[in-house]
Amino acid sequence: MKITKVVDAKGMACPMPIVKTKKEMKQLETGDILEVQATDQGALKDFEAWAKSTGHELLQTKEADGVLTFHIKKGE
Amino acid sequence: MSLIAMNPSELARKVIQKEPLFILDVRNEDAFRDWKVEGENIQYLNVPYFDLLDGVEEIVDQLPKHQPILVVCAKEGSSILVGEMLSEEGFNASYLAGGMKAWSEHLELIKVADLREGGELYQFVRLGKGCLSYMVLSGNEAAIIDATRMTDVYVTFAKEKGVSISHVFDTHLHADHISGGRMIAEETGATYWFPPKDAEDVTFNYKPIEDNTHLQVGASRIDIQSLETPGHTIGSMSFIIDEVYLLTGDILFIDSIGRPDLAGKAEDWVGDLRHSLYKTYQALSPDLIVMPAHFMIIDELNDDGSVAEKLGVLMERNHGLNVDDEREFRSMVTDHLPPQPNAYREIRETNLGKKSPSLEDQREMEIGPNRCAVR
Repeated sequence: MKITKVVDAKGMACPMPIVKTKKEMKQLETGDILEVQATDQGALKDFEAWAKSTGHELLQTKEADGVLTFHIKKGE
Repeated sequence: MSLIAMNPSELARKVIQKEPLFILDVRNEDAFRDWKVEGENIQYLNVPYFDLLDGVEEIVDQLPKHQPILVVCAKEGSSILVGEMLSEEGFNASYLAGGMKAWSEHLELIKVADLREGGELYQFVRLGKGCLSYMVLSGNEAAIIDATRMTDVYVTFAKEKGVSISHVFDTHLHADHISGGRMIAEETGATYWFPPKDAEDVTFNYKPIEDNTHLQVGASRIDIQSLETPGHTIGSMSFIIDEVYLLTGDILFIDSIGRPDLAGKAEDWVGDLRHSLYKTYQALSPDLIVMPAHFMIIDELNDDGSVAEKLGVLMERNHGLNVDDEREFRSMVTDHLPPQPNAYREIRETNLGKKSPSLEDQREMEIGPNRCAVR
């Protein structure tokens, strides 16, 4: 998987992880993959719902040592 | 207009007084469907905050122009963001301070009875989660039943009343919320009472609650009688306070009954549940006033916010007490159960002393409604 860009949202509280991700997403091309790292546990459900609502594809979610890592492929 | 914070106690008063309120809940749809601020005259709109980051234009038509709007999210961050946008558009907006997490932790204190010789009975109503706990005051002593983990609320109240907490009880091993009973006992030197049959491999010391024992609290000797009423858990106990108030734990609620499956033993415990409801309680005076450890729906609240009803009234009106056919009863409490409470296994282990999660983890574990009942 080729990651185009990494967003570090560790330590940020809701809504900042999504606000930051949305901003970065605008700079990318369709099909690019964004990696987002977050520590707010609420992000888990929110990223799933946000991807669904915006048409981006949440490829995978990992959790290690309290850090959530999302890989999101930019949609049309 | 500028955005105002509404704290959980203000919201609690609005819910109890059945005030009209418009809530814009900006959590994701699953979270909203699962659990929200309940109230008889509350209108809702659920639009996730991430759909509103570019502005609120798309929803302004769905919002009341002159009525106050309360914006709610999980912790408060997103509700402030959305609330500020609404304020700029001229709406009368406020946000719930601390979000659903703070709402879940708020306890509303209601005096429910005067007891013999100046004694008092208080109910602590955890509106956000539907948990109920109790404090008996008698002379300069207090006893607490089914305390939540917000232990400072009870300890502070006892101090204000000038009483020392001498006994702390749990009616059973809770699976939906973390008990504060053991912590209060450790902090105050009170005796911690626990049902021995629920205490399989607990890691702490407790005094076992036996069937049909009497304990007297304070100078006015308020009587607390224990009754074995298994079914929600194998050790579940009920208490009769001052010969009038029947604390039913998670066995009997106002409009529902306890579920027998939260330890994975529904088939084994359903017979016990039936016996407790249809034999043990039936043998008691119908004039006893039932005070449970939970409510499930906001309709179960009385006008003053308390949760209490005569046993005789429940014998007539509570569907769970009126299923004559044993097989039908068995099917009702084992076949069509609602989803289990969030993190119920971890909560049981925490209440057994096997786990000591951080405060933040405890809050996450308790997210959502209690779901201890079957209707």
